[in-house]
Amino acid sequence: MEILVDAVLLTLLVVITLAILFQRNLFAVVLLAGAYSFLMASIMLVLDAVDVAMTEAAVGAGISTALFLATLYLTHGKEYLQPNFKFQSILVVVLAGGMLIWGMWDMPEFGVMQAPLHENTAPGYLDASKNHLMPPNVVTAVLADYRSFDTLGETTVIFTAGIGVLLILRGRKKPKKSKNKAENSHET
Amino acid sequence: MKHDPILELGVRLALPFIIIFALYVHFHGDYGPGGGFQAGAIIATGVIMHVLIFGLEKTQRLVPPSVVEPAIGMGVLIYIASGLPGMLFGAGFLDYSIFGNDHLHAHEWGIFAVEIGVIVTVCSTLIAIFYAFAGRAKS
Repeated sequence: MEILVDAVLLTLLVVITLAILFQRNLFAVVLLAGAYSFLMASIMLVLDAVDVAMTEAAVGAGISTALFLATLYLTHGKEYLQPNFKFQSILVVVLAGGMLIWGMWDMPEFGVMQAPLHENTAPGYLDASKNHLMPPNVVTAVLADYRSFDTLGETTVIFTAGIGVLLILRGRKKPKKSKNKAENSHET
Repeated sequence: MKHDPILELGVRLALPFIIIFALYVHFHGDYGPGGGFQAGAIIATGVIMHVLIFGLEKTQRLVPPSVVEPAIGMGVLIYIASGLPGMLFGAGFLDYSIFGNDHLHAHEWGIFAVEIGVIVTVCSTLIAIFYAFAGRAKS
């Protein structure tokens, strides 16, 4: 049953990816990308990673779709065809893809208990939460307790990324900015 | 966007549930899936939905940018501040054992404090970026 669900989801993923490739209307591409994110969220749900699914649904399908739509509002809604077929770019794509596939051979098989991941650190975390030394949700315990320095770093990364994007979008302050915009941002 | 009563009513009905669900995801993060990052993303989604339906000005009256933008840095400061008591009482930065006598509860309080910082930063960053995009689109 689970294999059937996986097969349907992954097939739809491939179909949507191909549709994105051949679609020239960027509005449709944005909506298809949103559908792609929802499918990814469903796949994460099937893999029992509910928190990743929530993030994917909220950020991937919700916020980035809205951001893409806001961008489309500023630009044209149509992709221009590029007739010249560049040999170098195909070479780069094939090389990078080949290296990824080559690297995949060394990975342990999907869902195998003997994978290094399940044999070294994970049992310690699981035992600690089983013996009521840590909150029952192991993911939260790892993220916010065992590895809270890492999470501090991640929070700082989000902070830096946000400030960077804001600086790029605001740019230099232009003197002829509209009045209500200046009122909104003078306090910041 | 032109006024659409069905969409507006739908957003009005859905928004409280979205916020409550986000808070549930946040405060229940010790026991169920989720935590500060997910909750922040869900709240930001709710605010962005409000912008899409009601327009930027109405939303910015409810969630003003003068609150959102300082909050980006506040979240990181809250995170760092929740690590400082450990240092003051001789345990070390981000050591939660001083938050209570019981080991489990001390760590739950520590995680709680840290996650507040995460939710504030994530939520306000996403909202601020969207405000910046939407503000450009309007002008």
